[in-house]
Amino acid sequence: MTMLDTPLTGRIEGPAGPAHTADHAHASPTPIGFWIYLMSDCIIFGCLFATYAVLGYGYAGGPAPHDLFEPGFVAWETALLLFSSITFGIAMLRAEAHDLKGTTLWLIVTGLLGLGFIAMEIYEFNHLIHIGAGPDRSAFLSSFFVLVGTHGLHVTGGLIWLVTLTIQLNWKGLTSANMQRLSTLSMFWHFLDLVWIGVFSFVYLVRLV
Amino acid sequence: MSDHAHSHGTMGRLMVGFGLAAFLTIIPFALVMLEVDLPRNTLVGIIMGLGAVQIIVHLVYFLHINSSVEEGWTMAATVFSVVILGIVLAGSLWVMHNMNENMMPMHEMSPNMEMPGSSHGHEGHTPVDDPAATPAEPGTQG
Repeated sequence: MTMLDTPLTGRIEGPAGPAHTADHAHASPTPIGFWIYLMSDCIIFGCLFATYAVLGYGYAGGPAPHDLFEPGFVAWETALLLFSSITFGIAMLRAEAHDLKGTTLWLIVTGLLGLGFIAMEIYEFNHLIHIGAGPDRSAFLSSFFVLVGTHGLHVTGGLIWLVTLTIQLNWKGLTSANMQRLSTLSMFWHFLDLVWIGVFSFVYLVRLV
Repeated sequence: MSDHAHSHGTMGRLMVGFGLAAFLTIIPFALVMLEVDLPRNTLVGIIMGLGAVQIIVHLVYFLHINSSVEEGWTMAATVFSVVILGIVLAGSLWVMHNMNENMMPMHEMSPNMEMPGSSHGHEGHTPVDDPAATPAEPGTQG
């Protein structure tokens, strides 16, 4: 089994047949590369958390967390995101069992839960801006909107990725390339749920006690 | 070998992770929503501590991080970013705390923040008065 590297001839058959197994033998660089991206994203969120920690008490005479945050509302957002993490996990397991229908179904459930989360966040932001507690009101609200908004943008990006990947899956099937994409999106989605733990603990709950 | 490390676990493992995460989420929300009567610092400590534990639960049960994935490089990248996060968060809070301790307390003069000299009854609105008023200011303060 020699490595035939013939990009110009195109037709590689026979001895070079197991070209497909080549990427099974060598571990793909995608997971570690994507993980390093996630860690750099993590540092971006860390900086925004630090900003909130520093500016979070600058009310400028405006509303404080007690006036604005509703723990019940945040609990629902948290539940939606946690359940979406679980349903993505189930979709991943269905994909490993080569069950395209099951994978698609659980991805759709995940997408709907994520959409619910984004809808609640848009409602909350819209409500806050409407009652005059927008990002321009105080340093506290600026840092709040930037941190929570950045997380929300990530979830929105994840949703777009999820929709395109679901279409791709049903178009090309559970190929090894698509499995790679699915497990990469899985990392992204679980990571966003992980960041949300910091948000509901540090941004909301701690400021309400 | 590294192919197997890529596996996304089992349903049982996922459900264990879900149970732990749900448990670790419900406690802090219950503490806040039921207005449990504990000292504020204790509550903050519990909420932050449970959040940290839940992050580890997510890393282990959902993201499947352990020391053997990618020959340890995933773990290395994770530990490195945790160190950076620690420096950024602790460093920011430390520096800003020191600054607030050592600088003039802004919140005490917040009603008329625009002009430091104006709190002493000078007509601080005209900038022309300012050069005369400001040199006297440090002397009266300390």
